[in-house]
This record gives sequence, structure tokens and C-alpha cells, in this order.
Amino acid sequence: MTSTETTPVLELQGIGKEFGAIRALHGVDMQVLPGEVVGLMGDNGAGKSTLVKIIAGNFRPTHGEVRFAGSAVHFTRPVDARAVGIEVVYQDLALADNLTAAGNVFLGRELKRKFGPLALLDHKAMAARALELFGELRSETRPDDLVKQMSGGQRQAVAIARTRLSNARLVMMDEPTAAISVRQVEQVLGLIHRLKEQGVAVMLISHRMPDVFAVCDRVIVMRRGEKRADKPIHETSPEEVTALITGAKETA
Amino acid sequence: MAMPLESPITFSNVGRIRWWQRGIFASQTGYVLLALAVLLVVMHFASPYFFTEGNIQNVAKNFSFIAIATLGVTFVIITGGIDLSVGSMMCFSAMITSMVMTELSTPGGLGASLFVHMAADGKTVLANVPGLILLISLLAGLGVALVAGLVNGFCIAVLGLSPFVTTLGMLSIVRGLGYVVSNGRGSFPSGPDADYFYALTSGDVLGVPVPFIYLVILALAMAVVLHHTAFGRHVFALGGNEKAAELTGIPVVRVKIEVYMTCALAAGLQGIIISGWLGSAPANMATSYELNVIAAAVIGGANLAGGIGGPLGAIVGCVLLEVIRNGLVLAQVSSYWQQTLVGVIIILAVLVDRIRSRMV
Repeated sequence: MTSTETTPVLELQGIGKEFGAIRALHGVDMQVLPGEVVGLMGDNGAGKSTLVKIIAGNFRPTHGEVRFAGSAVHFTRPVDARAVGIEVVYQDLALADNLTAAGNVFLGRELKRKFGPLALLDHKAMAARALELFGELRSETRPDDLVKQMSGGQRQAVAIARTRLSNARLVMMDEPTAAISVRQVEQVLGLIHRLKEQGVAVMLISHRMPDVFAVCDRVIVMRRGEKRADKPIHETSPEEVTALITGAKETA
Repeated sequence: MAMPLESPITFSNVGRIRWWQRGIFASQTGYVLLALAVLLVVMHFASPYFFTEGNIQNVAKNFSFIAIATLGVTFVIITGGIDLSVGSMMCFSAMITSMVMTELSTPGGLGASLFVHMAADGKTVLANVPGLILLISLLAGLGVALVAGLVNGFCIAVLGLSPFVTTLGMLSIVRGLGYVVSNGRGSFPSGPDADYFYALTSGDVLGVPVPFIYLVILALAMAVVLHHTAFGRHVFALGGNEKAAELTGIPVVRVKIEVYMTCALAAGLQGIIISGWLGSAPANMATSYELNVIAAAVIGGANLAGGIGGPLGAIVGCVLLEVIRNGLVLAQVSSYWQQTLVGVIIILAVLVDRIRSRMV
């Protein structure tokens, strides 16, 4: 193993977050290695979303340090996180309904062509690249259809396609399989496998136990703002994880 | 890191959206355009005067008087905002333009010695550089509009105030300032450059009124900006889902400020053009024009909830309002009916769109 492979892509040290008197997170340490798929599980209010938002640059942690690829990072906006290679698929997908699929995939990163002093959008190139990405995701989505007119699975594909535009090193997916059909769940899980093959680290935040056990290498369980378990998937079972989530079992 | 395509994508379950279910054919703008065409045909048969050259010129000129401002407001409406201060902005911009022009053209006035000198007869005022006074006064007029737009944008985007309240306040502030600077009397363009001013604002080229020419150029520019630049894309995204726009790294604050400044600039230009036609900029000029402008935008298909709208819709809305007004005059119906009818049309246009989108 070379040293680059053992450097965690993401490392959290003693992360804590307080909203006024409410302690949302406390002393969370974790590591994610390149090409590793980590499941983040926990009940509502366990602190999953807060943790994801800290990593994605929406919030700044009250305590602790976030290290990305070995160096400490301080994000003030989501764009900062994206710039270093962290992509997020938000639970509500963050799509603009009135734009086309291609428009949403390239939102904020539009391809342009120079016409003298003018930089005009390159609609053709964006549509072609978007179609390619939808093909990889095996989603029947036309780049020039409005998102407004799309099914839940197509919307999901648009949101995931967006993360494939740049050379992301960590992709976080917040409940990517919650609102889509069985066939599309298979597609999303397939995509996670493909990301892994390319050395991209994936953090899967999900309530669906079968999905987590199908693709993850490791599972992290959160409860009441703290990390309660962090173990390889083959050393645990759905029963144990459920017990950890509900608090029937305190730590593993 | 392109991933290999296992097999080309096939669309077995997802049909193509039919051409008549997409683009302009599926928009309120399309329906209103159709209504307008029908109305024009009806007008043609109802009145022999309607399609005379003089009347068409008149109509073209009249709708151009609110259409440029409507383009600006449409920008704001697409982002999901509103600008109620356009009427006041028109007046203030026009007033500053003519006041600066008068001041610079009056010997003994502030800085006038740089721009004008007396002719040998001791009465006629001559410009040192023809057109320079006009240029500076136009820049001054548009400049104050830009500043007001910047304040609007700052309050809304940075301070997070509601667009309705902010621009309602600005409506009053700017109107008040207009009364203050002119002492309630208004002003009129004068001096050696006044003739250029009138030619640029109320003249015509080959029988086409200049305001109409400006309108066409600006509308085309707006169409390019909205549909073929990243800025336009971001304007639509902001109206569609502001949170998504923020998360995907769109500079939301900057786009919003730019949109309100563009709107103010359009209103300022519109005001200057109106003052050229009126021959003066009275302090009560363009009072309540913001309502006509917003009505025209909404009739033309701009959605006050944000995310939908465009220059064609803005113009169609203005033309429809003007043709109805003109038609009522030709039909010798009391002009008091006009406002009532405009109100009915606003509601009808939005209603038809609602029914249509429920049917699809």
C-alpha cells in the first residue's frame, strides 16, 4: 500500500455542533478512505444531517476539525466544499423545476463558448454530456425535458448526474433511495459500486437497511449526536445496527 | 473519468413531449399571443381606422412607453421578486436628466462655463461640444436610477428584506426626492442639446417611432441574455428554486442585485423617453405606472411566483393593453371602462393558464 492510499480522504476530529442551547453533535471522530463506501445510519434527530451539512460546508462546526485529503479545511459555503472535491446529493435534490435536466446538471457550472466578448451557453455540449451521464446511470431521461415533468427516479438521476461532472473524491448521498422505484434503487446502488471502483469515496445516508448492507464496506451509527458504532459491514448484522439505532444496545 | 456505457440509452418508457406541449405553445405567452391575434382581426373588421398607418404608429409608440420598463420588471419577476418603484424611478430619472441638462446649459449655472459659451449676439447659448451636455445629463439620469436599483438590490439580497416592502418604500422615497429636487414643479429639457434630446426620444426613423426601435433592440438583447448566458440561466434558477441555486454555487446575492439594477435602469430609460414625448418631466409623471407595467408583465405570462417569463411575453402584454385601450377609443367607449377591462384581462389570462396547466 502506498501512502496516498492510506491517507483518509475525509477525517473528522472531535466534531461538535451547538445550535444555541441544543447540542446537535458531540465529539464525532471518523475517517473515510478513498474508494470506501460508508453507511451513515441513525434515527431522526441523531445528528446525521448536521454532520453531512458540516462536511458539505453548509454549517461550520462549533468544535473540532475537518481534514480533507490530509489537510485541514474550513468551508464557509457549499461551493468551497465542492471546489476541493466533495459533492452532495441532497435529500430534496436541490433542483430547479423550471429548468431542463441538462440545465440542472450544469447549474452553476455551465459550459460556455466565446463569441468575441460574449460568453454564450453551449447548449449542445451540455445536452450531449448530460445524455452521457444519464446513460451511465441507466436512466431514461432526456436532457432537454423540464424537471417539472419528470418522475421521482428521473429527478434522482439528474441530482446524481450533477455529482459526476467534476472529479469528486467524496460523494455524500442523503437518502438517495427513499423516493424511487425498486428498479431505480438497483441503478443507484450500481452507480455507488462504480464510483467505488474509480476510487471515489461514498458516504451513504440512508434509512434503508438492505441498501446499506448491499453496498457499504463500513457502517457508522449515530445516536443522540454521538457516534455509537463504527464497524466493517461483515462484522455486524442488521439486527445489531437496529439495536444501536434505537438505543437497545448502547455501543458496539 | 468517463465511465463506459454498457449499452446506448433507450427510451422505452419515456415518451417524447409533443411539440405543442412544450416551449411557447404550452405557455401563457402563447395563449395571450393567440388572443392578441384574434383581437387584431376583430379590430380590423370593427373599425376601418385601426390598421391605418397613423393609428398603428400611435399604438406602437404608446406601448413602447411602458414596454421597456416592463422588460426590466420581467427580469425581477422571473427571480420571484417584484419592483413597485419603477413608476417613481421613471419620473426621477427623467427629472434629473432634464435638470442636469438645463443647469449645464445655463450660462452662470453650475459648471456651465465648461460646456457652453455665448454667441456673438449675446443672447444665443452655444454648446462647446455638441452632444456632450446630452450625454452627461443622460448618464446622470440613468446613474440615479442605478443607485436606487442598487439600494433596492442591497436591501433585498443582502439585508433580506421582502422585495414588496423594499420597493414600496423606494416608490415613496424616489417620488419624494423628485418633489424635493424640483420643488414640486418638475423640469423640462432645455439648452442647445434639447433638439438632440427630442430627436433621440420622440423622433422617428423611416416612420418607425424611435422608442419602438429601442424596445426591439432591448427585447432581443434580453432574449439572448436570458436564454444563452449563464446569468440568464441563474435568473431562472433563482425563481425556480432559490435554495438549489444557492447550493449549486450560484452567486445569489450578486444576481439579485444585478437584476434590480437592470430593472431600475430600464425604468430610468423609459422615463427619459416619456419625458421626451411629453416635452417635460413633471413631478407627478408616471404616477402608478408600476401597476400598468406589472399588469402587462403578468398578462404576458410572467409568473409572480418566479421562474417563468420573457421579453416576448412582456411585449405581448403591453401590446394587448394598448390595443384594448386604442380599440375602446375607436369604438367610442368611455375611457373609464379601460381600467375595469384591464383588471378583467389580468384575471382571465392567469385563469386560462391555471386551467390549462391542470388539464395537462
